[in-house]
Amino acid sequence: MSTLAEPLNPAEAMAAPSLQYAIQFVWAEADILDRLDYKAWLPLWTADGRYVIPTERGLAAYDDSLNIVNDGAEMRQARVKRLLSGFSMSSAPPARTVRTVSRFVPVTVDDNAITLRAAMILVEYKYERMRTLAGDVVYRIVATEDGLRLDQKVVTLVNCDDYQHGIGYLL
Amino acid sequence: MSTDFATLVQDDRVLTPMYTDESIFEEEMERIFKNTWVWVAHASDLPTGNTFKTSYVGRERVIVTRDKQGKIHTLLNRCRHRAATICEKRKGKASVFVCPYHGWSYDVDGGLRKVPHLAGYGEGLDQTELGLVSLRTEEYNGMIFATYRDDIEPLFDFLGSARKWIDLFMKQGGGYGVKTLGEHRFRFPGNWKIQLENTTDAYHFPIVHKTFLDSLDAESENVFDVLGQGGWVEDLGNGHSVMVMIPSLIDLDDNLDAPIPERFKELAAELVAEGLPDDQVRKVVRAVGGSGFNLNLFPNIACSMAFFRVLRPVEVDETEITHVAIGMDGGPVPANRMRLRLHEHFQGPMGFGTPDDAEGWERVQRGANAGEDLWIMVNRGVDAPEGVAAPGHNAGDVSAETGMRAAYQMWKRMMTA
Repeated sequence: MSTLAEPLNPAEAMAAPSLQYAIQFVWAEADILDRLDYKAWLPLWTADGRYVIPTERGLAAYDDSLNIVNDGAEMRQARVKRLLSGFSMSSAPPARTVRTVSRFVPVTVDDNAITLRAAMILVEYKYERMRTLAGDVVYRIVATEDGLRLDQKVVTLVNCDDYQHGIGYLL
Repeated sequence: MSTDFATLVQDDRVLTPMYTDESIFEEEMERIFKNTWVWVAHASDLPTGNTFKTSYVGRERVIVTRDKQGKIHTLLNRCRHRAATICEKRKGKASVFVCPYHGWSYDVDGGLRKVPHLAGYGEGLDQTELGLVSLRTEEYNGMIFATYRDDIEPLFDFLGSARKWIDLFMKQGGGYGVKTLGEHRFRFPGNWKIQLENTTDAYHFPIVHKTFLDSLDAESENVFDVLGQGGWVEDLGNGHSVMVMIPSLIDLDDNLDAPIPERFKELAAELVAEGLPDDQVRKVVRAVGGSGFNLNLFPNIACSMAFFRVLRPVEVDETEITHVAIGMDGGPVPANRMRLRLHEHFQGPMGFGTPDDAEGWERVQRGANAGEDLWIMVNRGVDAPEGVAAPGHNAGDVSAETGMRAAYQMWKRMMTA
């Protein structure tokens, strides 16, 4: 099955995604982001899905802390609109990125969801310069009748509590 | 050093090597950052006795501490024995600082407490002479500054006309007092003065921040029409300036009876549900969005609408910026949450504003590598609206480069002193 495009049959939609399906989904998402196909990225999320990039490690709750990103559906949509608008000089053009996601560890399996953590290494290129970003990522992926969906993605950069440079794309 | 610094700065323009010349940068670190008041912390970073925060004065690492009596100290973060840093945490609690190398320990006020195996020095160690180097430290309305100089004017006088604006800015504590809530740090490959200019540059706002404006509801977009509301830029002396973009948000205690803006209605309802009386709800809601002006304090700190913007020169072409989110100390949780979300919306390495600012500043540095003999123009501006600026202050319209000219005249004064 394609983890992104095809709806799950009712039996699959009831069950938690397998680690294998979840990993395929994560890779497909990474590929979408590197290709800047943000319009295809938005529907990967559940309605209540949360996209978080914290400024501290080991937080249990994000809403009472300052984050780099703490987006619900509305902010994700606004963010994509901004990145694709052509009027943001940091993202028109954005840095080119190539990322890999690996070192997957299943954390929990609920009725219809799997939570896994992984390592992401991303290299960006702009203005004759390469930069490397590394982070721990936690994904909560749920099975729905419409296919797998991202319910939470938390990207904790290895240096999240130190300085970054401007980031004109999505992690 | 043979550069005649006075020739680099005219009344309305500065010469390109101001951004690119390493030897000028080295001189700035001595002549400016070691000769004036440099912001190091906010009082809420040190909430109780025996708390600390690490910071910088220019390029030098310091620890800002509050002792048990409540007195604040700024100490060079360098053991007096063999120079190791004695603290590498951002902030926290400590009643003693112990150097990890040979175990020399220091009190919160910097005094040398104990030296292991003291007998090895015979009679030859005067411990009273070997405390951490302590910088002169003064505070105004929660803003803590330090200086290497014991003989310059008090902070109170240095801030001068800027004090009024600090007091106005702190009203966004909504009656609770201002508290730091977290910070975004980011760097850009460019000179520190590019950022210094930017905090007093309304001209760029509708261009660079178009995508931020597009992400707001129509009512808020009107509020952020910063060039169209009769604002102004005012020279406050000593290189400080204020840029008023939204005159209706200068004094947050005014107009408390005005209708609550659409984007704050949900918050207001939450506060009412929490049992907050109507007058307090209005005060908190009005404070949540921040002030309508940027106060630029030479050389390294701005009170910018709803946050502190701290700049730190790293190299001639590398600058670190910290955007400190602030909120209400002990204020309603939903109000502080909203402040955090508003801060995240614009600020930070992936905010809707900051990355575009950073890109613009980098482009300035890249461009400045061409045309060494060309001038950076800061000559923009027409008269400020009648009667808005304090009598005797030089002022221009909201998009005037008056604040940059003020900062560069201070730069010239300090570099040629």
